[in-house]
Amino acid sequence: MSITAFIIAAVIKIVITIVVLLTAVAYSVWLERKVVGRMQNRWGPTRVGPFGLLQPLADGIKFILKEDLTPPHVSRGLYILAPMLAVSMALTSIAIIPIGPNITIGGYTTPIQITGVTNAQGQSTDIGIGLLIILGITSIGVYGIALAGWSSNNKYSLLGALRASAQMVSYELALGLSLVGVLILAGTFSLREIVQQQQTQSWFGILPGWYIFPQFIAFFIYLMAAFAETNRIPFDLPEAETELVAGYHTEYSAMKFAMFFMAEYANMVTVGCLASVLFLGGWSGPVFGPPIVQSLLPVLWFGLRLFFFIFLYIWIRGTLPRFRYDQLMAFGWKFLLPLAIANIVITGLVVALRA
Amino acid sequence: MLHPILFFLFAALCVGGAINLLVQKHPINSALSLIVVMASLALIYLLLGAEFVAAVQVIVYAGAIMVLFVFVIMLLNAGAEERTAGSRIAAVLGIPALAVAIGLGLYVTLQHGITGDVALGSTPGYPHAVARPLFREFLLPFEVTSVLILIAIMGAVVLAKRSE
Repeated sequence: MSITAFIIAAVIKIVITIVVLLTAVAYSVWLERKVVGRMQNRWGPTRVGPFGLLQPLADGIKFILKEDLTPPHVSRGLYILAPMLAVSMALTSIAIIPIGPNITIGGYTTPIQITGVTNAQGQSTDIGIGLLIILGITSIGVYGIALAGWSSNNKYSLLGALRASAQMVSYELALGLSLVGVLILAGTFSLREIVQQQQTQSWFGILPGWYIFPQFIAFFIYLMAAFAETNRIPFDLPEAETELVAGYHTEYSAMKFAMFFMAEYANMVTVGCLASVLFLGGWSGPVFGPPIVQSLLPVLWFGLRLFFFIFLYIWIRGTLPRFRYDQLMAFGWKFLLPLAIANIVITGLVVALRA
Repeated sequence: MLHPILFFLFAALCVGGAINLLVQKHPINSALSLIVVMASLALIYLLLGAEFVAAVQVIVYAGAIMVLFVFVIMLLNAGAEERTAGSRIAAVLGIPALAVAIGLGLYVTLQHGITGDVALGSTPGYPHAVARPLFREFLLPFEVTSVLILIAIMGAVVLAKRSE
């Protein structure tokens, strides 16, 4: 397997993934406006194109053509760095996520994952520490928000940024610890191997071997920690319009604001992908048909799970009020963290007693 | 061929970040340079093949400890350093002295040849290889360290509590 073929395949995969991811981000904004509108008994966007489907295009054109003004009192370097950091971290973590098994095009076999390779025997492998890399990228993403608020030289932005970073750091703990239960059962950090193990096992012979069944508490904790990590309702106090003007992205306009917006929805997509891979069995589902359809059907099953998570995000946004800041922190530290640790203890006990 | 190039690139990034940390006047820029240093250290660990340690370095050092540093600098609203006469004299005297000391250390090290070669992947770095000794041979230091951290947390809570 030559290096040039690998590099060409990787570049093609990256281009396809970026196009699909940015389209998914744009259309999840459309979906949110439609679904939240319907929940609030109104239409949502309907004017631009059928069902308002060209609304993201119109929004994109607006963002590009709007005046991108930099207020005079900001710290220039950090002001420009912060949205770039936020959006690059949000888009990078999709590289580790496995979306499907091997696909063979023109005699070249490669797994449907940017960082995956197929060795000479046809086995597909990926990075041995995939999950840790995603957690690391999430940890660095906090800086985008903290620096945005700091560089804006504005008390509302600073307060919003401090609240957001404190919230994200607190819920990162619960997020990581909730995933330890799955790791104990799976025995590996590699995301592809976790999915493959879920495909080859089954609980009591009738349930599919997904980790949501033994780890439903961890799934619950993961969902809530993920809502807090991505700063979504009910945890979106850092962006609360009624309290902090617009929080950490008050002073940003046009393209830089669009970058923060994209980063938020890209984080939602990443968290949904991770939940599908770790708890819902990745791309497992019935495959049939000619070989090229067989390679692409798993992507469809993965996409259905991802769509379910994004719909869940939007559904909860339309339904729940937001937490007050002290309620939010108490919930993270006093409820989710002890529950996650208890889940680890019970999982470890069960695994140790069975072996 | 690629290995020395990558190593010198990451090492230059690390040293550049460290020098920038000393040179910057505003503490937030120094904190950000320290994050660059941590990240480049993680990359050097990756070059050695210690993938788990590199990931944990990013998650813990660059992603949690430095966030706390940045948080405190933002909360305390620490302003830029001022350059006084004393600090200028210290810079004029100190930087050549430091250069001489580093040169001396390098000369002694290279003369006696106590450097060695580490091959990529000579020590396995995947999580099992780190976890097995940690929980078998080094279990007592591991548990004692956790008690130590607990003592530190309790001390911080006691010191920061509002007196009633």
